[in-house]
Amino acid sequence: MKQFFIFVKKEFAHVLRDKKTLLILFGLPVAQILIFGFALTNEVKKSKIVIVDQAKDPASQAIITKVGVSQYFQIENTVANKRQIEDQFKQGKIKMAVVFPPYFNRDLLHQNKATIQVITDATDPNTANTLTNYFSAIVADYQAELNQTKAMPYRITTEMRMLYNPGLKGAPNFVPGVMALVLMLVCVMMTAISIVKEKETGTMEILLVSPFRPIMVILAKALPYLMLSLVNLCIILLVSVFVLQLPVNGSLLLLFAESTLFIITCLSLGLLISVKTESQQVAMLISLMGMLLPTVMFSGFMFPIENMPMGLQVLSNVIPAKWYYIIVKSIMIKGVGFSAIWKETFILVGITVVLLIISIKNFKIRLA
Amino acid sequence: MEAVVLNNVSKTYGKERKVAVDSVSLTVNKGELFGLIGPDGAGKTSIFRMLTTLLLPDGGTATVDGFDIVKDYKQIRNNVGYMPGKFSLYQDLTIEENINFFATVFGTSVEENYDLIKDIYVQIEPFKNRRAGKLSGGMKQKLALCCALIHKPTVLFLDEPTTGVDPVSRKEFWEMLKRLKQQDITIVVSTPYMDEATLCDRIALIQNGRILQIDTPDKIVQSYPDKLYQIKADRMYDLLKELNVYPKTLSCFTFGEYLHLSLTDESEQAEKELIQHLQNKGFHNIEMGAVTPGIEDCFIQLLKK
Amino acid sequence: MKETVIKTDKLTKRFGDFVATNEISLEVYKGEIFGFLGANGAGKTTAMRMLCGLSIPSSGQATIAGFDVYKQTEHIKKHIGYMSQKFSLYEDLTVLENIRFFGGIYGLSNADIKTKSEALLNELGLQDEAKTLVGSLPLGWKQKLSFSVAILHDPKIVFLDEPTGGVDPVTRRQFWDLIYNAADRGITIFVTTHYMDEAEYCNRISIMVDGRIQALDSPANLKKQFNASSMDEVFFELARGAKRGE
Repeated sequence: MKQFFIFVKKEFAHVLRDKKTLLILFGLPVAQILIFGFALTNEVKKSKIVIVDQAKDPASQAIITKVGVSQYFQIENTVANKRQIEDQFKQGKIKMAVVFPPYFNRDLLHQNKATIQVITDATDPNTANTLTNYFSAIVADYQAELNQTKAMPYRITTEMRMLYNPGLKGAPNFVPGVMALVLMLVCVMMTAISIVKEKETGTMEILLVSPFRPIMVILAKALPYLMLSLVNLCIILLVSVFVLQLPVNGSLLLLFAESTLFIITCLSLGLLISVKTESQQVAMLISLMGMLLPTVMFSGFMFPIENMPMGLQVLSNVIPAKWYYIIVKSIMIKGVGFSAIWKETFILVGITVVLLIISIKNFKIRLA
Repeated sequence: MEAVVLNNVSKTYGKERKVAVDSVSLTVNKGELFGLIGPDGAGKTSIFRMLTTLLLPDGGTATVDGFDIVKDYKQIRNNVGYMPGKFSLYQDLTIEENINFFATVFGTSVEENYDLIKDIYVQIEPFKNRRAGKLSGGMKQKLALCCALIHKPTVLFLDEPTTGVDPVSRKEFWEMLKRLKQQDITIVVSTPYMDEATLCDRIALIQNGRILQIDTPDKIVQSYPDKLYQIKADRMYDLLKELNVYPKTLSCFTFGEYLHLSLTDESEQAEKELIQHLQNKGFHNIEMGAVTPGIEDCFIQLLKK
Repeated sequence: MKETVIKTDKLTKRFGDFVATNEISLEVYKGEIFGFLGANGAGKTTAMRMLCGLSIPSSGQATIAGFDVYKQTEHIKKHIGYMSQKFSLYEDLTVLENIRFFGGIYGLSNADIKTKSEALLNELGLQDEAKTLVGSLPLGWKQKLSFSVAILHDPKIVFLDEPTGGVDPVTRRQFWDLIYNAADRGITIFVTTHYMDEAEYCNRISIMVDGRIQALDSPANLKKQFNASSMDEVFFELARGAKRGE
């Protein structure tokens, strides 16, 4: 037990004395949360648009005013003709252009039908989509006002409620994602590198030729990173609660328990990488390319899994981060209890057990 | 009594079965300072790793302290001390932390075996709060030796402890080994430096995974088959070229400031003939005399076989 | 009149308070084999880096192959070759590919590379191994090959940093044959080594202790000066007083 303790102590010394490791360990999570929170967001705000108003009548002016006060749009300037629009798009000055045809109001009132042309820059399809949706909503809103005065038979109005995230904020989506990402990064990469480093410097040889059992080396390596990851988790939660105003709706205890499980999954993955590689660079590359990338792509927090081809959907099931992401989202945002996430938990346990078995089977008590 | 016994031990690597160790047999007696002498790639490290149970042999058997290196690997790991060639300790831990760490891992404490490392430790103790990464080569080596000794091993394996170390530190290191020997620890050490061979009780000359010769350094030197001359003149490189084409040359190679030369004819007459020949070729200040061969001469001679 | 290819005057490099090389002054002549000795940490590597144009001196003057170490480092690099014990060629390229690559790096024409690589393979007896991966060659061959590649572009000076560490005694001597050969062709050899017998093979040697050059002469004169029978003793006499380590 004394051996184990001094090993853990040594491991802490490695981490605490290396400024670069410390920075990765604690600087990175905070940086990621803040970057995702404030800079990278798929919410559309103040997009620059131009309006070509060939009608200049009460209806077009009313809609333009509505667009102008919307937080989503910022009217750049009004250009005189359609040809100038394309120049503006090409120069990347605007995201959307709206063209009101002549006699807009007259058509609307007398023919009961009028068209507005909306042109968007679809090089960024998501933004283009969002913008047209926002614009349609504004037009529909205007139409509703218009129709209030008249009695309309058979009217259906859709009343929408955005559950759990009424403000459609990005944070509830990405904070769980960043948690998965950071824990993955810290646990997988750090454990893998710290074990491989001992191989590289020859200290692993000494440890093997000692009474200290190899399995204890693994455990002693894992414990500090488990503890550091939990500290990390606290930091992420504190930042998201106090800086991003994102509360934890469910049980904090459950969240920590599930996170500990995910950390153990990651540790076993790191262990597996370390038994299979001989140099720190390779370990780092595999952790980054092989683990981080799938986490970003297949956990569902950047790209919706439901929209992927069947093959990729199946593949996403073996990505531990996917399940953890669902679990965290459920606990933090939906505030559900264990009964709602037992299935995901069970899958995560399964993945962990498999990883642990493979890596312990592959762990060599000799060099080759 | 034997501390280490190897019986036709072989080791190959990879799919091509590249031979690293080729049926090596040798015994090291208890309390002996035994040297494995050979260049890089000769198989020294593979032998060390098999004896320290880090690698499994492909053929043959070996015991350390009477324990089988395959079956009884746990006992061996409890008893031996090992300093790998690339061993660099934990650079970010201090001297004291490194020693304490290894002592604890080996289930002992610094105090328990302090008498064993005392001589070496006092030399680095003034810097005990300095991190290992900031130590000089010589000090790192001393620290590594302390760490390998801290659990009072029965057999100490030192894989190329002096490689890349300057001559002064090398000499100091060998003096430390001699003192350790008096404490009844069997030491097996490998080195590519031939001049260190004479400091061992017995040595094995090794090349390409094979043992060329095993004996005491004296006996190996005595077994040198030919009469050896040292010769020098004012244009050394031309002299070497000339002697290499001289018909009666058996072997000739540079050796420090001299050339070492063996002739097919070992008579005094042949000696005079040669000097005459060289004078005719325009060499001046020729100096020639018999010389006792060293281990390096023997190694070169064995390699030429 | 001997042509001077390396000339340093009070060349100094400081790292903070630490003076790694302290006012070293030396001259090395064309075609000379110059041994640069010193204990670990004496400042050899730092000095060598400055001479190769890899590190700017803190003070003092030096010209390498006629070029100034402060202003003309790019010219210096064109006219020197460098080889260290650690620097082996690309292990995953064949012998010939390595030769072509390094020939290309130094701007040799294709025709030049072709004739030179043939000559080189002949000299080393590696014709049959031209298409072998360097990684699978024995260490001794690798070292000989990397020396030959280092002088492929006929540099004025070649810097060798412990080129023969760990090599067997026969190969070590073959390596020195290559060195002598290159020196005969007028290439200046600047070499560090831990083998004291190799110090004897040099025309002149300098011994550095604690950042300073404590002795500089031919091996024979140094032995006379220190009243020693071998270079080993000379080295000991000087290095024993060293205060600092690596």
